[in-house]
Amino acid sequence: MSNTNINWAAIDANPKFQTLHRKKTVFLWSLMIFSIIYYFMLPIGAAYYQELFKTKVWGVINIGILFALSEFVVAWVLAFVYSKKANAEFDAMAQEIINESVNKGA
Amino acid sequence: MNLILSRWMLSIAGLAVSGAALADNGAVADEFKWMTFTVFGVIIAITMAITYWAARTTHTTSEFYAAGRSVSGIQNGWAIAGDYLSAASFLGIAGLISLYGYDGFMYSVGWLVAYITVLLVIAEPCRNIGKYTMGDILAFRNDPKKTKVVAALSTITVSTFYLTAQMVGGGVLIKTLIGIDYETSIIGVGILMLAYVVFGGMKATTWVQITKAVLLVLASILLVFLVWAPYGFSLPAYLQAVVGDEKVIAQVAKLLGDSAANMSKEELGQRFLEPGLFLKNPIDQISLGMALVLGTAGMPHILMRFFTVPTAQAARTSVIWAMGIIGGFYVLTLFLGTGAAMLVGSAKIAAVDAGGNMAGPLLAQYLGGGENSLMGNFFLAFVAAVAFATIVAVVAGLVLAAASAMAHDIYVGVIRGDKATPREQVVAARVASGIVGVIAITVGILAKGQNVAHLVALAFAVAASSNLPAVFLTLYWKKCNTYGIIAGMLVGSLTAIGLVMVSPNMTYPKAVIASAKKVLDGEPAQPAKDAQPAVKASFTCELFALDGCVKTEAAKPATPEKPAKPGAAEKLAKLNEKLAALSAPPAAPVTDAVALQKTQDDMAKVKKDIAATEKAKAKAEGDLKKFEGETASIMGLEKPFFLLKNPGLISIPLGFLMVILFSLFTRDKRSEEMWDELYVRQNTGINAEAAAAH
Repeated sequence: MSNTNINWAAIDANPKFQTLHRKKTVFLWSLMIFSIIYYFMLPIGAAYYQELFKTKVWGVINIGILFALSEFVVAWVLAFVYSKKANAEFDAMAQEIINESVNKGA
Repeated sequence: MNLILSRWMLSIAGLAVSGAALADNGAVADEFKWMTFTVFGVIIAITMAITYWAARTTHTTSEFYAAGRSVSGIQNGWAIAGDYLSAASFLGIAGLISLYGYDGFMYSVGWLVAYITVLLVIAEPCRNIGKYTMGDILAFRNDPKKTKVVAALSTITVSTFYLTAQMVGGGVLIKTLIGIDYETSIIGVGILMLAYVVFGGMKATTWVQITKAVLLVLASILLVFLVWAPYGFSLPAYLQAVVGDEKVIAQVAKLLGDSAANMSKEELGQRFLEPGLFLKNPIDQISLGMALVLGTAGMPHILMRFFTVPTAQAARTSVIWAMGIIGGFYVLTLFLGTGAAMLVGSAKIAAVDAGGNMAGPLLAQYLGGGENSLMGNFFLAFVAAVAFATIVAVVAGLVLAAASAMAHDIYVGVIRGDKATPREQVVAARVASGIVGVIAITVGILAKGQNVAHLVALAFAVAASSNLPAVFLTLYWKKCNTYGIIAGMLVGSLTAIGLVMVSPNMTYPKAVIASAKKVLDGEPAQPAKDAQPAVKASFTCELFALDGCVKTEAAKPATPEKPAKPGAAEKLAKLNEKLAALSAPPAAPVTDAVALQKTQDDMAKVKKDIAATEKAKAKAEGDLKKFEGETASIMGLEKPFFLLKNPGLISIPLGFLMVILFSLFTRDKRSEEMWDELYVRQNTGINAEAAAAH
C-alpha cells in the first residue's frame, strides 16, 4: 500500500484538487461559524434576554425551552447536511483525484 | 462538567448533612442488596466474556490500540457515546435538571454541539493522517521527536486530570448507591478496567463502551416511557403537571429565597422552566461553552476512537451516530430530571446527594414501585449497575489514551526511534496500560475527600487550549510549524492550569472556616435593608479580582428584618427538649390510634433533625480543625484571583495566538515540505493506515 512515489505537489496543483479544496473550505467554515453563533445565542439569550425566553407559547412551554430543543435539532440537521454533501460530492471528487494520481503513478 | 463535579464534591458534604440512614449504607436497602450484586455480577460477567473474546484476537499493535481498524461506523458511534456519557454527564445532568429545571437542560446542550467541531474539522482528517495517537498527527509534518514529547505530555496531563475526577466521582457515587467503601470501589473499578485494557486492548474497551451505551439508552427509554405515558405523551400536558407540582413549587421557592415572597404558586412553578436558577454568570457560561465546543475535539480518548474505523467515511458515520445517541439521550434527561423533581421531589434527591446525582436512580426506584418494592429495587439496581459500567468504560478509554501516549509516542517513537519490533510494541503498550492503571487507582485513593472539581474543568480547558489549536493548525494552516506547535501547546496548557489554580474551583480555607463558624455559632439578626440598585462591574473586573473592582450585583428588593439563626449547639438542645417532651409518658393513656401515630411521626422527624444537626456540627468542627490556622489556598491566595470557573475564554485564544506567532517568526523546512502530502492525504485518504485484513 505504501507508495512513496506519489507526487504530492502535483496532486495539490491539480485543478480538481483545488476545486475540492475550495468547495470544502467554504462549506465547512460556513457550517462551523453558523453552529458556533447558534450555540452561543443560547447562554447569551438566557442571560440577557430573559423576558423573551420566558414568553409562553404552547401551554406552559416557553421560548427558552423551544430554543434549547432547537439547538438539538439544528445540531442534527447540520450533521445530516454535512454527511449528505460529503457522501454525494466530496467523496466522489476525492475518488476521481485518487484514480487519476494512481493511474499516473502506474 | 466542572459545575457538575463541584456538585459531586458538595455531595460529600451533602452526605454528611443529610443524616438519612440511606446515605451511610447506600440508596439500596440492605434486604435488596443481593439483587444489586446479582445485576452487577451479570453485567461484569458479560464484559468479561467480551474481554476474553477480544483478547484472543488482540496480538498486533494495530489490534491493541485501534481494534485492527475493524470497528464499523455505527459501532464506533455507540462506543463514542459510551465513552462520552460519563457518570457525571448521565447522572449529573438529570440531577441538575431535577434541582434547577431549565438551567440543567441548557447546560447539556454544549456537550452535543461539541460534536459539530469533531465532525467538521477533526474526525476524517485524523483518520486519514493518524495512526494511533494525537502525537502521530502532529509528527506527520513537524519534527517527530519534539512534537511527540509535547503531545504525549499533553495527552497524559489531560487524561490524568479527567481520570482522577472520574475515579473520585465514581468512588463517591458507588458508595452513595450501594454503600461499598470508597477504597473498595476504586480498587474494584481499577482492576476491572485493567483487565479490559491489558488483555482486550481497544477491542474490549470498544465493546464494553457499546454494551454500556446500549444498556444506558434502553434504561432511559423505559424510564421516560413510564414517566411520560400518564400524560398521553403530550409535552405541554406533561410540563403542565411538572410546574403544578407542590414539590417543584417548594424547590423553586427554596432556591429563590426572599424574592419568592411576592410570587404566586403558579409563577413559582413556571419559574422552574425559566433560566437563571443555577447558572448565574453568563461570561463563565460562555467560557465553559468554548472549552466544551473546542475541547471535546482535543480530548485524546475521543480522537483515538477515530483510528478504530476502516475509513474516513466510517469516521463520519460514527460521529453522526454518536450525535444522534448523545443528543437523544440529553433530550431524554429532560424527562428524567423533571420527572424526578415531580415524582421523587427535589428535597429528597438533594437529601441523598446534594449534587442531585441520585435523581435518575431514585426515579427508577419510584417508577418500579417505591423503596420497599422488589421491582423498584430491581430498577434501582439496574441503574446502579449501568452507572458502575459507565465509570469502568470511561476510565478504560482514558487509560488506553494515556498508555498509548506513553508507549507509542514516548517509548517507541522517541526512545527507540521508531525501531521497535511489533512484539516489543505490544508488550510496551500492555506494560504502559498496567502502569497508568495502577497510577489511576493510587491517585484515586489518595484523592479521597479532596476537591477535584477543578480537574474536569482543567481537562477540557487544556484540551481546548493546547491540543485543539495544535491539531487544527497542523491540519489546516500551511505556515504552521514545529516551533509554533511546541510554543502553543506549552503556553496554552500552562495558562489553563495556572488560571484554574487561582480560580474559584480551589478550596479557600477562609471561606470554609467562615461557613463552618456560621453552622456552629449561628448568625446574628440582620436589620431590614432598603432596596439596592444593580451594580455592573467592568469586563476586566468580571474576570480578575483587581484592586478597586466592584462586584456585579443584580438589583435587590428591600428585605425585612431577619431574626438571628441559632448555632448548632443551641439547635440541638432545643431539639432534645422537644424529643424529651414527646417521649415523656402522657398524663392519660392515649388510645386514639391517629394521635398515637402522630406522636410517633413527630418523634421520628425530631430524631432525624437531631441526626442531621449533629452531622452538620461534626462536619463544621472537622472543617475548622482541618483548616485551623490556614488562611490561604495552596496557591497562597485568600480568595480567588481569577473569577471564572473555566479559563477557556483566555487560554484558548492564547493557545491559538502562540501557535500562529511562533510559526510566523520561525522557519522549519520539514513542516513546509510535508504540507502538500499532508493536505492531499487528509482530503483524499491516499495511503491512510489500512484496516487489518481479517
